[in-house]
Amino acid sequence: MTAIVIAHPVPTRRSGMKQAWLTYRVILLRTAVIALSVLMLELASRMGWIDSVSFIPPSKMVLSAWDILIAGTYKTDIFLTLSAAGLAVILAVVFGFLFGVLLFKLPRVRRVLDPLLLSYYAVPVFVLYPLLIVLLGLNRWPLVALGFLFAVVAMAVNTLNGLERVPNVLLRTARMLHMGRVREVWLITLPASLPFVFTGIKLSIVYSFIAVIGGEFVLSGAGFGYQIAYAYNNFDNPTMYGLMMLLLVFVGTLNLLLHTAEQRLYQRRVLKEIA
Amino acid sequence: MTTARMVPFPRRPTAVSAPIASDAKIHVAIKEATRIFTARDTGRPFHALGPVTFELREGEFFSVVGPSGCGKSTLLDLVAGLCPPSSGTIHFEGNPVIGEVPDGVAVVFQEDACFPWLNVFDNAAFGVRRSGLPENEIKERVDHALHFMGLASFAGVYPSQLSGGMRQRVCIARAMVLRPRLMLLDEPFGALDQQTRLLMGEETLKLWRDTGSTIMLITHSIDEAVLLSDRIGVMSSCPGTFIDIVETGWSHERDSQTAMDPRYGALQAKIWGMLREESIKALRVKS
Amino acid sequence: MTSQTKLQSKMQAAASAPRWGDAVLLIVAILGLWALASWFFGVTNLPDPIRTFRQIWIEISDPEFGDHLAETSKAFGTALCISLIGGTFIGVLLGSRRLAGDVFEPLLIALYSIPKISLYPIVLLMFGLGISAKIAFGAIHGIIPMVIFTMTAVRNIRPVYMRSIRTHRLTAWQGAAYILIPAAVPEIVAGLRIGFSLTLLGTLLGEMFASQRGIGHLLMRAIDRNESPTIMALAVMLFLFATSVSLGLLQWDRYLRRSA
Repeated sequence: MTAIVIAHPVPTRRSGMKQAWLTYRVILLRTAVIALSVLMLELASRMGWIDSVSFIPPSKMVLSAWDILIAGTYKTDIFLTLSAAGLAVILAVVFGFLFGVLLFKLPRVRRVLDPLLLSYYAVPVFVLYPLLIVLLGLNRWPLVALGFLFAVVAMAVNTLNGLERVPNVLLRTARMLHMGRVREVWLITLPASLPFVFTGIKLSIVYSFIAVIGGEFVLSGAGFGYQIAYAYNNFDNPTMYGLMMLLLVFVGTLNLLLHTAEQRLYQRRVLKEIA
Repeated sequence: MTTARMVPFPRRPTAVSAPIASDAKIHVAIKEATRIFTARDTGRPFHALGPVTFELREGEFFSVVGPSGCGKSTLLDLVAGLCPPSSGTIHFEGNPVIGEVPDGVAVVFQEDACFPWLNVFDNAAFGVRRSGLPENEIKERVDHALHFMGLASFAGVYPSQLSGGMRQRVCIARAMVLRPRLMLLDEPFGALDQQTRLLMGEETLKLWRDTGSTIMLITHSIDEAVLLSDRIGVMSSCPGTFIDIVETGWSHERDSQTAMDPRYGALQAKIWGMLREESIKALRVKS
Repeated sequence: MTSQTKLQSKMQAAASAPRWGDAVLLIVAILGLWALASWFFGVTNLPDPIRTFRQIWIEISDPEFGDHLAETSKAFGTALCISLIGGTFIGVLLGSRRLAGDVFEPLLIALYSIPKISLYPIVLLMFGLGISAKIAFGAIHGIIPMVIFTMTAVRNIRPVYMRSIRTHRLTAWQGAAYILIPAAVPEIVAGLRIGFSLTLLGTLLGEMFASQRGIGHLLMRAIDRNESPTIMALAVMLFLFATSVSLGLLQWDRYLRRSA
């Protein structure tokens, strides 16, 4: 058989500008939307359309954020928050993964727990936070526990999803190739479920963060969320907004990195039907 | 076949232009094999296949045609050792086949079994990678197989970048690399368009001649079966049994020109005559 | 040709009548674990099931409870309407224009992942303390997932449906009513489940901070006074409410998907 040569279509002639616009228009428009919203907020607060005491202009927010970053007054709080969230993530990923594998292996248990798993995120787990404080003491552990509870089910469900979505045909191929159980899991099941497991890890990170900062905001003596609440209670708007801005930038960047990594993983490892 | 730098398969001696002699060695012997499933939700038994009795002669090209749902794929699973028969026996090269795929058997499945996280070369090499073969021999085998299937220039490409037909060719290449004595193909060209199927049919014939292995092809296409095979097993509707086994008598060196042979049309009509009623039955049963 | 996954074969096997035995088993297991934990941590810290249900009865019998419930319901209901209607509307808009959808999708996902609790001070400063702040909390929690899900639903409507609208010569409104909306509804209902629970969460949190009335306020009061039985009672009531609605929506979702 003659090898099939991929023919490249002859590119149509387009002016440089038009071509650039078409390729990059989504990113450009997105940046424009963000820039415009920021501009509107800036104008609104400076012109007094919004009460400029309650809502300071974004430029001042950024300056405040910068000052905070340079001064380093909140270094301990940042560290506390990150460590609590980090610990919660690690626990959630490990136990969530094991839980997911367990559910995969025991379909009966899975069937029984199914409605619970599906409704887990319907209930406000937050309300357990005071109880966690009573049980674990007034320290960082209730926050870690809260982050863990928030994230573990997402990790388990995604692990389960990944394991279930391994196409049957790949497992039959493993049997055809005389691969033992261990080899089958290591060489086929795990690589095939990796994209979903990564989604689980991504969600664990996001949810842990939300839970820890939320918990600190509601009831805590230290940490980033607490500092935001403290600034609010003391009518220290510039600090409050500065801290919020830092939080926004951090969460935004973290999400962007995780999202890009996830896209990269899915691109190559999950087949989309082409033919 | 394309360029040089190919390592030829070790050939099994067969007469070049005569059809497979009817006293050739028996490769696979199936006696009264049946397969009864238990429906998971209702617990009721479901008689999917059998009883089936036939023999595969060594080096022959055998096709199984039948209406959909008649148990053709189940038959392939039984021969491959992917599931045990509920009753009856299956022997491959004299040894019983129960629940485990015997050495020397390769299967190409209906669905595409490419691993999306490996490129084409690694996909094809996957089967022999852990069998202790030296790396250079693996490379030779894989290069030969990829050349043969027309995928030589795609060795570094990932399955997500290939069309369905090309992915299926990768799976066939993977089976080739194993150098099996028996190749089982479960409707491998089902998802392809007619023209690609005809080309792939020619490729399969070349593969068969080049390797000398026994081939069992499951297909729902009567023309494909008649064109390619030495013998055709015609299956009834579910539970599938063989209505008849038809000899085509084509020469070993056949190609798609066989369609011009006057016997071709007659064979097709004969098989359709047997299958028409069965297909109607299958249509009625499907909800 | 779609490939069979273990999931599909498992689902085919399990696609039968609801297993009431499983549900009973689950409830018994939960109650059992709860009683065990209560014994382990001490009844004052973690009230056991019996004490909690007794407390629930006490709470409900309290004459003021009705007012609190009404307050919460009003806020939650309004927030839910805003989330659903606003979310669906914006979602349809973004979903039908490819470019707009592409531009806004990452922004929406980013907004979804921000701990919205940290935005509460802004809301409080803008709306003051009162029911509008609560409604705002609930709405900002619930509207984003609704938009995301509706947008995805509209974008994923199969092109063959659009062609069917043209071949049957339907007007835009007819096309939307008879083909597009039924096609997108299962996805939208899935978004509804998340939107519902998040709106509830947002409203509750709002009440905890910004109100002198409502279930959330009762919760905050119990926290301040360290009344574990009340906390558990309120928590269990909320859990039961949220779970039953979620399961109801789930059944609806399943029903829609079965006929889809």
